[in-house]
Formats: sequence, structure tokens, C-alpha cells
Amino acid sequence: MNLSIQTADFDLAAELAALRAGSAKVGALVSFVGLVRDFSGDEKVENIFLEHYPGMCEKALEKIIAEANERWRLLGVRVIHRVGQLLPNEQIVLVATASEHRSDAFAACEFIIDTLKTTAPFWKREQTQQGSEWLDTKDSDIRRMQRWHNGETT
Amino acid sequence: MKIHLLYFGRPREALNISGETVNVPDGAITLAQLLAWLRLRGENWAKELADNRVRCAINQELAELSAAINENDEVALFSPISGG
Repeated sequence: MNLSIQTADFDLAAELAALRAGSAKVGALVSFVGLVRDFSGDEKVENIFLEHYPGMCEKALEKIIAEANERWRLLGVRVIHRVGQLLPNEQIVLVATASEHRSDAFAACEFIIDTLKTTAPFWKREQTQQGSEWLDTKDSDIRRMQRWHNGETT
Repeated sequence: MKIHLLYFGRPREALNISGETVNVPDGAITLAQLLAWLRLRGENWAKELADNRVRCAINQELAELSAAINENDEVALFSPISGG
């Protein structure tokens, strides 16, 4: 299983160990962990709430992972995304990639998180002392995603 | 024509609805026409489902407002995606 959407936390070391287990061909492991920040602009964040679209979310993530496998030589991919209420400093998302050489693992990991952020149906509501607010897609995230589709990256 | 609607994110919370089955007026219909029809429900619907505020999926694929909807489709209406 290379994809999980769950409320529970995850253990980075255990996930990386599982990803490389059974293959001495793996020469590179790259991981990205997204965390809850305790600030948003000038405001203090009390918690965030993550919602997802069951069914579509799994399909969208499977498609992203399949595209990564077509573009780079990968030996394994692991994606975990948490949902529900999360507190500052908690882990939100893990993307980990394994390959023979580092360039494939680095590029694929970045491609997967950039594409996930703009095309996988998750929604984040931020709770600050001023109230709660559903966040919009960031323009910077859209630009990062577009780089992978207009020839700026390989 | 019967279609299944799902709501996520900001519109789900603001309109206090997560899903419903609706009978839309007969004939060919696009997402833009569906949204215009739902906006007739009231001020809050008009605000939350404004074209520049809402994003859509048909049968679990992201879709543009010009996309056509067919009988029994699953249509999801939501705020801009913000995961990760």
C-alpha cells in the first residue's frame, strides 16, 4: 500500500525503513514532511481542520503517483495525508520516494507534493483567535505546479 | 434529470449541507447552468456558489464550468483546494 489518508499520526523512520526494505537497489531515499505552523500572517493559529473528498482523493493521488512513475525511475513511493483536526507542530503530510540515484527521488518527491497541493481534493480550515477561515489555493503553489507541466523542469 | 450533489470545504460549512440528490430542469445542462439554478435558492447560495468562488468536479474529476452534466452524475461543489 503506497497511499494512506488517515487521522492518525505517522512515524517517519518506520515509513522510510519500510520503503527501502527488501531492495538493496535503493540508493536514494527522499522525504518531505509538511507540518502545521503556529502562525498565519500576524495571527496565532490555534488548530487546523482538514477535510477530503473520499474516492476522488484516492484517485487523484494514484494518478499523481502513476505520473511520477512514468517521468522518473522510482523504486518506491509512499504518500500519507492526515485529515481531521491538527494542532501546531503536528505532521500533516508525508511524501517519500526511493530510487537508485538521488536525482529521480528528489524530483519525483517535489513533483508529487507540488501536484498534490493543487489537484488532490483536500481543504484546510484555519482557526485563529480572529475566527476560522477556509484557505484558498496559494498562487505560489499554482506556479510551482505549473513548472512541472511547461518544460521548466525535467 | 436526477443528479447527486456533494459539498466540501467552505460551501459545505456555510450552506450546512454535505450532499443531496436533485432533479434539475430537463435538457442539456452545464456546470455553469447548474450553479445558476442553485444560486436561486437564496442570498447565501448566490454568494457561496459564485463562479469565482466555487470549484467543481464531475464523477470525481475536476471540471470546468462549461462541462456537461448527465443523468446520475456525481457533481461535487467546493472551495479552492488547499491540502498538503
